[in-house]
Parts: sequence; C-alpha cells; structure tokens
Amino acid sequence: MTEIEPLVDHDTIRNALDARAQEQLDALTTEVAGDATRLGRTFPAAARRTGRGPLPGADGVLVEDAVRVLLVQVAARSLDPDALLAELREVYRYGDSDEKRAVLHALSGAPEEVDGSDLVLDALRTNDTRLVAAAMGPHSDRLDDDSWRQGVLKCLFTGVPVASVTGLARRADRELAEMVQRYRREREAAGRDVPLDVQVVLDACAASPEQPQQTRHEQKDL
Amino acid sequence: MRIFDPHIHMTSRTTDDYQAMAAAGIAAVVEPAFWLGQPRTSVGSFVDYFSSLIGWERFRASQFGIRHHCTIGLNPKEANDLSVRDEVLAVMPRYLEKDGVVAVGEIGFDSMTAAEEEAFVDQLAIAREHELPVLVHTPHRNKEAGTRRTLELLEEADFPPGQAVVDHNNELTVAMVLESGCWAGFSIYPFTKMDEHRMVRILEEHGLERMLVNSAADWGISDPLKVAKTVAAMQDAGFSDDDVDRLVWRNPVEFFGQSGRLELDEVEYDRAETFAGSSVLRGERVET
Repeated sequence: MTEIEPLVDHDTIRNALDARAQEQLDALTTEVAGDATRLGRTFPAAARRTGRGPLPGADGVLVEDAVRVLLVQVAARSLDPDALLAELREVYRYGDSDEKRAVLHALSGAPEEVDGSDLVLDALRTNDTRLVAAAMGPHSDRLDDDSWRQGVLKCLFTGVPVASVTGLARRADRELAEMVQRYRREREAAGRDVPLDVQVVLDACAASPEQPQQTRHEQKDL
Repeated sequence: MRIFDPHIHMTSRTTDDYQAMAAAGIAAVVEPAFWLGQPRTSVGSFVDYFSSLIGWERFRASQFGIRHHCTIGLNPKEANDLSVRDEVLAVMPRYLEKDGVVAVGEIGFDSMTAAEEEAFVDQLAIAREHELPVLVHTPHRNKEAGTRRTLELLEEADFPPGQAVVDHNNELTVAMVLESGCWAGFSIYPFTKMDEHRMVRILEEHGLERMLVNSAADWGISDPLKVAKTVAAMQDAGFSDDDVDRLVWRNPVEFFGQSGRLELDEVEYDRAETFAGSSVLRGERVET
C-alpha cells in the first residue's frame, strides 16, 4: 500500500549476486512479501545471507544497504504509511549501525505521508559518521531549518562530506553562513586547519536565493 | 604479527588503549557482554548495553583499524537478580541474530547458586537455537569446583564441547577442561588470575590445541596489551612464529568462526580518517 523507492532496482542487485546469494535474496523477499512483520527478523541477517561491500554497477552503494532497502520496499507494499513507520521505528530501535543506516536510506525513498524525521534526528545525535551521512540524505528535507542547519554543521564537525547533504544549494541561508563563519573563526583561533567543505557550504550560502547579509564584523572577516 | 584478543571489555577502555592495541598488532577483538561493576536495575540498561556493543563500540574500534565482535548473554552475577533475569533472557534473541555476534556469553558461575545454574542451562539452549558457541566464565572463588560443575552441565545438556570455551583457567583447571573437549581460555592479568610466564609453562605442558589467551581487560586493574606480552614471553621461551600465530590468531578464528559471523576482511580506513572521521575525541574532527 506504500511505495518505497529502492536504492537500486531489484534486477541490478540480483545480477550482482552469486547463485547462492540470489537464492537467499529470493527467500528473504518472499518471506517479507508473505508477512510484512517479518521485516525485523530478516533485517539482521540480510547482509550475511546475501553479501556486503560495494555493489557493482551502482556507484557508492553497498550491497547490504541495497538489499535491506529492497526488503523495506517489499514489506511496504502491504503496509499503510503509519504501519510502515511503526515497523521502521522498531527495526531502527533494535538495529545495529548497519541496520539503522539502511532504515535511513529507506526513508529517503519514502512518500510524503511517511515522516521518519524522529529517526533522522536520532541519527544526528550520534557521533557515528555513517549514520550522520545517511541522515542528511533526502529525508532531511523533513527537518525544520534549525535542525537541518545543525545537521550541516555536524557534518563539517565530524568530517562527513557535505556532498552527501541533500538540498544544500536550496536550503543554505544566511543563518547557516553565520554559523559556519563562527565555526571557521574558532578553528582559526585555535591555529587549526579549516576543512575545505567549510568554503563549499559558504559558497552555497552565498549563491542561495536568500543572499547572506554580512555584518560589518564578518565583512572584515571575509 | 596479527593478534586477536578473544575476550576484552573495550566499553571500559579509552582511545589511548585502542591506539596502543593497534600499534601492538591487535587487529580483532571479541567483547563479551558482562556486568558493569555494579548491578543494573532494569532491563533497559541491558538493552542499551547490548545496543552499544553492536553499535557505537564497533564503530569506535573501526576507527583504529580493529574489528570488533561481541557476545551477548546474561552474566552469572546478574542472573541472581530475579527482577531482571527473565526480561533480559526474553530480549536476548533479538541481539543474537545480529552480525558480529559470535557467541552467547559470558554465562556460567559466580557464586554457584541455583539461579546461576538455571540461567546457564537456559542460555545453553538459547545458544543451540541460534547455532552459536558459548563463552563460559568460571568463578574467581572456588574455581575448581565451579569449573567441574560447568563441565558436568555442558555434558548433561549434550552441548558440543568444541563449541564451548571455558574461560579464566589456571594450572588446576586446565587439564579437566581440555579432557572434556572444550576450549580452554586464559585471562592474563597484571596481578591475579594468570600471568604470561605461568601461561608459557602451561603451553609447554599442554600444547596449543584448543587454547585461547586473552587480556579480559575491563574497568579493573588490567592490561589490554597482555596478549601481546604473552607473545613476547612465548618468543623468549622459543616458540616459533607459527606457534604464536596459531595461538593468538588461528585458534580464536577457528573457535569464533563456528558462528559464521566473524568479519575479518581488512578494516577499510585510511590513516587520515583514523582519528578524523570518528569524533571519538569529543566528537570533533582532528587533523593528523
């Protein structure tokens, strides 16, 4: 009943697997198609039953992420948005870092009615860079401006490439520029390198529809 | 040299320890679930602890190029607390299905109570259901009797001895454990339990088969480099590089490999990211 966009389509995933792993993938999808509440039981073992590591033919996507999101897609077909969200919250709550990351990727392909921003916020509270990166994907559109800006700053702070932040060009604004400037000044005062991504974010802020208004103090700084 | 520490409580250790361990050649660890130095009073504390073993601690280790695995179990001390026991046993299966969970443990005896025995036997059955080996703690007091009773219970449960490691052995318990067909673990401590020189004498007498050496480092006085120091003592005593590799790498790989859940491919990290991406130092990027 709910349509989730997969990270990678079923055939590409299946073709990347050997015969044994294909059999396992088929078994997993059949199990979840038959009973969507089996999602939580199939999620933990999905990687060791199919595979892990870079998925050939899909740039930067891991096999384990693609398989788990596919399982969510299959389960979602028989769940309404609320029931799907309840399942995803449960899987996330008891998941290891890889499972949590897959839930965040699944949310990125979720329709309007599925709002898992509470899970995105949870991931942004961690210091696990893989979760922070996944949290700032497409589902971060659901975050209010304050939370979203804090997410971008956290990426700079923890070294998550801001290239993984969805909507940077669209949402970067004056307030974000001010936050990032303050962060830059702090680094400089400490005699430390300023990450290259700081300029990437500032450029995005400068180019955004809402031009940053520089204060006199910052003008001097620029 | 590659070293696998099959029993170490990294949750209680610092990033300095991780750095020193990586420098000493430690590439993989197993962190058994145990008690935290004081009793927990609700199942929620166990759930968060289990979650950290498969989440944050695994990530933290990876930042230093160390593969982190864990065991999940209700430890003997807290098995005596009937207000949490059943709830913990009920939530365990969820965690026993996770990647990187390589055994049920630590289980076994602390004070040899009826409650401990019951939880031990229950968890042997749970391990069988999940097709996992077990990591068995033996008591610090009355160790010989506790070890003997442990072996009897394993046999009564018809538990495959090759899938059980009985830990914290000494000169008085090693023979009976090896005769039972179980694996024998040794915790090398600064002052208590066992030291590396006594360990070398035990190896000379009993050989390397089904032997595991660990640091069991935790929040008490302990040393996360004790396996590396045992290696040095073995080399001084004339053991070959192959003997050393067998004891501190191939043996733990063979034992925990029975879970089918060891992940030993080279941890992919680049040195520049080792301390940078992690935020292990107060959540902030550190230039190297």
